[in-house]
Amino acid sequence: MGYNPDKPMEDRITDIGPPHFEQFYPAVVKENKGKWLYHEITQPGVMVHVSESGAECWTVRVGAARLISIELIREMCDIADAHCDGCLRFTTRNNVEFMVDSKDKVQPLIDDLESRGNKFPVGGTGTCISNCVHTQGWIHCHTPATDASGVVKAVMDELFDYFGSMTLPAKIKLALACCLNMCGAVHCSDIAILGVHRKPPMIDHDAISGLCELPLAIASCPLGAVKPAKATNSEGEEIKSVKVNAERCMFCGNCYTMCPAMPLADPDGDGIAILVGGKVSNTRSNPTFSKMVIPFLPNTPPRWPETVDAIKNIVEVYAKDANEYERIGEWCERIGWEMFFEKTGIPFTMKSIDDYRLAYDTWRTTTNFKFTSHC
Amino acid sequence: MPKHDTPLLDELEKGPWPSFVTDIKRQAETKPECWDILGQLEVSFVDKITHWKHGGIVGVFGYGGGIVGRYSDMPKQFPGVAHFHTVRLNQPSSKFYNTAKLRAICDLWEKYGSGMTNMHGSTGDLVLLGTTTENLEPLFYDLTHDLKQDLGGSGSNLRTPACCLGTARCEYSCYDTASLCHHLTMHYQDEIHRPAFPYKFKFKMSGCPNDCVASIARSDFSVIGTWKDDIRIDQAEVAKYISGDNKPNGGAKSNASAFDMERDVLALCPTGCMRMKGDELQIDNKNCTRCMHCLNMMPKACRPGLVKGASILCGAKAPILDGAQMATLTIPFIEINPDNDYEAVIDVIEEIWDWWMTVGKNRERVGETIQRVGLPTFIKVLGLDPIPQHVKIPRENPYVFWTSDEVPGGFDRDVREFRKKHAQ
Repeated sequence: MGYNPDKPMEDRITDIGPPHFEQFYPAVVKENKGKWLYHEITQPGVMVHVSESGAECWTVRVGAARLISIELIREMCDIADAHCDGCLRFTTRNNVEFMVDSKDKVQPLIDDLESRGNKFPVGGTGTCISNCVHTQGWIHCHTPATDASGVVKAVMDELFDYFGSMTLPAKIKLALACCLNMCGAVHCSDIAILGVHRKPPMIDHDAISGLCELPLAIASCPLGAVKPAKATNSEGEEIKSVKVNAERCMFCGNCYTMCPAMPLADPDGDGIAILVGGKVSNTRSNPTFSKMVIPFLPNTPPRWPETVDAIKNIVEVYAKDANEYERIGEWCERIGWEMFFEKTGIPFTMKSIDDYRLAYDTWRTTTNFKFTSHC
Repeated sequence: MPKHDTPLLDELEKGPWPSFVTDIKRQAETKPECWDILGQLEVSFVDKITHWKHGGIVGVFGYGGGIVGRYSDMPKQFPGVAHFHTVRLNQPSSKFYNTAKLRAICDLWEKYGSGMTNMHGSTGDLVLLGTTTENLEPLFYDLTHDLKQDLGGSGSNLRTPACCLGTARCEYSCYDTASLCHHLTMHYQDEIHRPAFPYKFKFKMSGCPNDCVASIARSDFSVIGTWKDDIRIDQAEVAKYISGDNKPNGGAKSNASAFDMERDVLALCPTGCMRMKGDELQIDNKNCTRCMHCLNMMPKACRPGLVKGASILCGAKAPILDGAQMATLTIPFIEINPDNDYEAVIDVIEEIWDWWMTVGKNRERVGETIQRVGLPTFIKVLGLDPIPQHVKIPRENPYVFWTSDEVPGGFDRDVREFRKKHAQ
């Protein structure tokens, strides 16, 4: 039995969808679904949810790299088999949650997790720095402007104590996207690490005819910087190709997405921008986009010290200055962005003044401002 | 034994956070192609640039999504990753698993792939990283026959829907997000597997306005649980927060100051709809926008009301190309009813798709189409009445697009008649 390459369509099964979630619920979840009364975080990484029936679901949350091996997943399974009747779940932020149905099962579970070196850090709850969601980076993507797993490892090492504690004014959601496509949707994060390109695409006139639909490449540019042009390939033949008006290029990389003959990645051109103050919850203030406060930091593998230091600085100034329960964006709004730059010592540059579409909405049109060292 | 020297990556084996480098090395002991993952990544760390080629169309027969082609641009040096395609498995709703299922997936990936995964990808899929073109069909056969599960979406189709954990383990959730997510996933298998849209389309479901799956920021069709009636208050528990017997914010802050109702709750309420009258917490529910702050601060004392449903918001996306968009409130309250197979939600989805598949341009997210044609057009398409909830503020400019039939006498006029009374 099994796949028969001579008859690929034989016994073919399609469109059956994912397995039904209910078969994977721990018993306490299945029995109390929809009946939960309240929850409490009893220590960093440990939550109890209490049902109307009096039943309790204790959850131990551990951070994980997003990139993990089946060997590690099997080890997670060993833990879940030993403590959780074979059930576990993953969160949207790449954490793993082990659930048990009574308090006395929590400490043995934590002891087991902690006995396995640094593989299963307990934390990621409450007013902590969350696990950093991220994209693929150099390990698996064709358009990145920076690495993902490496930068995240360096940043999380430095901020590790904040993952396993709950002493910040409010939670900080940290995210990395390795290019402007933002597969990781970092645009609404408290602190976003964003890979950026800074050199316009090159044009491979030898490859463009075979690889690209020229009208699609031209239409891909939101600023009309890609135009049709005649060019000469390495054989000396005149071919139909494109040219790029570099002054108009905003380095979004959309042309490369549409046309593989227009690569723009570059060791010196590429690096990282830092954006802050976004959030998605509707709590107190409305959901907000993150704002670019540092337009460029270089790619410095293996540990990206400039990026790590910049983030640590923002976290520490925020931790000292913000009110309780105030997210980074709410803090910036309250004190004013001029005070954000003043207090963090981050240089304000022309790059933080929007000059793309709808930019006017972000310019200050009031006499209400604070005097800082800037003026 | 390591196949390549990786001095830069070895630096990332140090430090307290789990090391993906250590993990890949461990996997390489049984899946030697993992040495080539590390080898090529080390070159990227030296060169500060990726070494993956652009795209490559691969897939399983009959599907237009679920597999993403990937090829190394250094295949001679790193033959183990010459082909290194991604397989997206549609995750179970809310990402609950049992170990039997996970071990079966691990065994499948040991047989056909590199052994490396993402748990999970940003959209929600369980992502298997790195296999060859010839392994795709046998993998798909085993996946559907033995594991009885399926691929997720990629390309210009319905992407794998995702949800928060909902009523399964959360007291805030106003509807069963997992059931709706699963139902829509099963209902739209064709749309997930066979790209027929102008561009990608994402469903995300959150049980309450805390929006733990960030649906408002990243989904074309965001379903966020809400309630219509009064917040349920347990005054005895309110008293325990005031006396310090209950931990504020569900214990989320270990160094929280002693609870202060005025400072921590009333003053932070964005609508100012709460007050203390003696020992009693009073909420003017008519003026509440259900932001969740008081529920988050006092989970034992405040609960969502009982008339529950969801708000539908449309058109969120990340910045490429015209800038990021938040989802726009489209339907303030919709019934989430499993007994009629979520008829109300499905009706809205189909209206949007019928319209967007006709007017949407190539690679235009529905939020961009709505921007291009205007929110009034979108509201009309859905057959909705305009309501103040659709806007933050009314129009500030005077440029109304009146139509001929809205003005007495219409647009056709005779300029000669006009001139009889008004000399040039």
